[in-house]
Amino acid sequence: MYRQMVTIRTFERKVNELFKNGTLVGDLHLSIGEEAVSVGVCSNLRKVDTINVTHRGHGHCIAKGVDLNRMMAEFFAKRNGICKGKGGSMHIADLSVGMLGASGIVGGGIPHAVGAALAFKMKKTDQVAVAFFGDGASNQGAFHESVNLAAIWSLPVVFVCENNQFAEATRVSTVVLVKNIADRAAAYGIPGMVVDGMNVLSVYKGAKEAVERAREGKGPTLLECKTYRYEGHEIGDPWELYRSKTEVETWEGKDPIDTLRRTMIDGKLASELQFDAVNRDVANLIDSAVEFAKASPSPEPREAFEDVFVSPYY
Amino acid sequence: MGSKVMTQGSREITFKEAVGEAMAQEMERDGRVFLMGEDLQVFYGGGPMGVTPAEKFFKRFGPERVRDTPISETAFIGAGVGAAICGMKPIVELMFVDFFGVAMDQIYNQAAKIRYMFGGQGKVPMVLRTTIGAGFSFAAHHSQSLYSIFMHVPGLKVVVPSTPYDAKGLLISAIRDEDPVMFFEHKGLYPTKGPVPEAEYAIPFGQTEIKRKGKDVTIVATAMMVQKSLKAAEQLQSEGINVEILDPRTLVPLDKKTIIESVKKTSRLVIVDEDYERCGFASEISAIVADEAFDLLDGPIKRVATPNVPIPFAPVLEKAVIPSEDKIVEAVKQVVRA
Repeated sequence: MYRQMVTIRTFERKVNELFKNGTLVGDLHLSIGEEAVSVGVCSNLRKVDTINVTHRGHGHCIAKGVDLNRMMAEFFAKRNGICKGKGGSMHIADLSVGMLGASGIVGGGIPHAVGAALAFKMKKTDQVAVAFFGDGASNQGAFHESVNLAAIWSLPVVFVCENNQFAEATRVSTVVLVKNIADRAAAYGIPGMVVDGMNVLSVYKGAKEAVERAREGKGPTLLECKTYRYEGHEIGDPWELYRSKTEVETWEGKDPIDTLRRTMIDGKLASELQFDAVNRDVANLIDSAVEFAKASPSPEPREAFEDVFVSPYY
Repeated sequence: MGSKVMTQGSREITFKEAVGEAMAQEMERDGRVFLMGEDLQVFYGGGPMGVTPAEKFFKRFGPERVRDTPISETAFIGAGVGAAICGMKPIVELMFVDFFGVAMDQIYNQAAKIRYMFGGQGKVPMVLRTTIGAGFSFAAHHSQSLYSIFMHVPGLKVVVPSTPYDAKGLLISAIRDEDPVMFFEHKGLYPTKGPVPEAEYAIPFGQTEIKRKGKDVTIVATAMMVQKSLKAAEQLQSEGINVEILDPRTLVPLDKKTIIESVKKTSRLVIVDEDYERCGFASEISAIVADEAFDLLDGPIKRVATPNVPIPFAPVLEKAVIPSEDKIVEAVKQVVRA
């Protein structure tokens, strides 16, 4: 879990740097600070379980096992990218590892997780579907409709609200009156749980309960992970307009990577040297992903006309 | 087209029965096919429009495969997308095309674009069925046609049948298709009868059918407008104007070739479309013919479509806006005179 969290952070810091120096195009939504959520949840999942994620989905992709090279190549808009250069950062998917897709529309992927869970139930498999979404999406109709539908059909799905305190620049407490988004579960007759989203073990434990419940056919759970987005909504976001530096620093003091590292060192489960070795190893992997992406060819213009349909016409 | 041969000697059933038969046969044939929508199980004997009689659907396939949903279109259309990606073949019904407004993201951003955005990964073999059409004083929220909107968005196939035979064969193709298909059923066509073979048959997408042979003017029409054009053609025939009527049947993919070949013969074109005139199906056909066959035309192209006003309630007002036989006759005469 430590390695995965470091991989996510290193990957995101790298793409941030590449975006700022003009190498990457488009837009990027970083999840630095939120790594415990994707890693804590996905550590409970099998390869055949599925996730649907948000525009801020790099962490979930990595935690679910999307290939780093092909993911980086997608950011570089290359043909060897995981979506052949058609999706970019906001629309990544890798069906081969159960990553059913990121959505550029807030809340857009939540119903898909319900549909995946419906398919699993109808096919009588014991797969589980997970929908990751933010506090912002919890105000979308898609969220409320989806939770209700999954509840009445008792589907094997876990709704994971990654509450990073902000919908873009809007503070969650100004647009949600209940104390916890998980409290909304009561409205749909399903369990709601709140966990510390800055602590990967806490997320892991909560997600374990929810995933097992789903796998045993006992229906959906709404799991809220309280976390924080260190960076702005997107690159270039003037975040000092809606929050203070002190606030950011307070959350950084609860950093999920540092917390796990300290816990394990204090418990004598691993040494500083071992962690440093993991960090170096991950840095090398990210560097080679960048090399892979740089070496990949760009798509040919004609490829813009492919993949609209399974059938040849568009 | 091959369909003419196949229809000979068939029994006659209604458009509504043909739609139901296609679904029941495909559900029998393929365990992945299931139905999802509002009140499909027992209401009105099975489905808000009575297309899925309980004897043939709910009682036969059970609640797992004939699913009643809450009035949560975003959730159940989106769930159709998710289930389709994961190997199922959902047929999702929404009573009226007008209702799609509450779930458009799932249709035009998700179902339509997923395969493309993900670089060809995944398929969304989902059929979205709905009703279209005016003529019942249902007013602005239950009477529109709106199929043109879905033609506009890349990634959706658009099917608009006009006969019971086409409805069955095209719906079977839609269910077997591997892409998302929007399937539009005109309410006014539901009780109309026609020859339909009992056995399964699939009508390929992208084949414009010549519904009536003629030499003076080409009419391109869809759904109920095909039937109205056929009646108008009889009247015009008595006045010495010989009309050819084409029904593209699938608007995406569109068989342009047959339309252009017909215009080559007649040199005159009228398009009859119950959807709104602005940016609609009729406009698209006009643009294609103007683009690709301008030299074949002997006069301006004429559109007979619903003018750009919402569908009103009062019968006299509704009649004033919906394309009628009289309006078709008038338009054909105008292009002949031109």
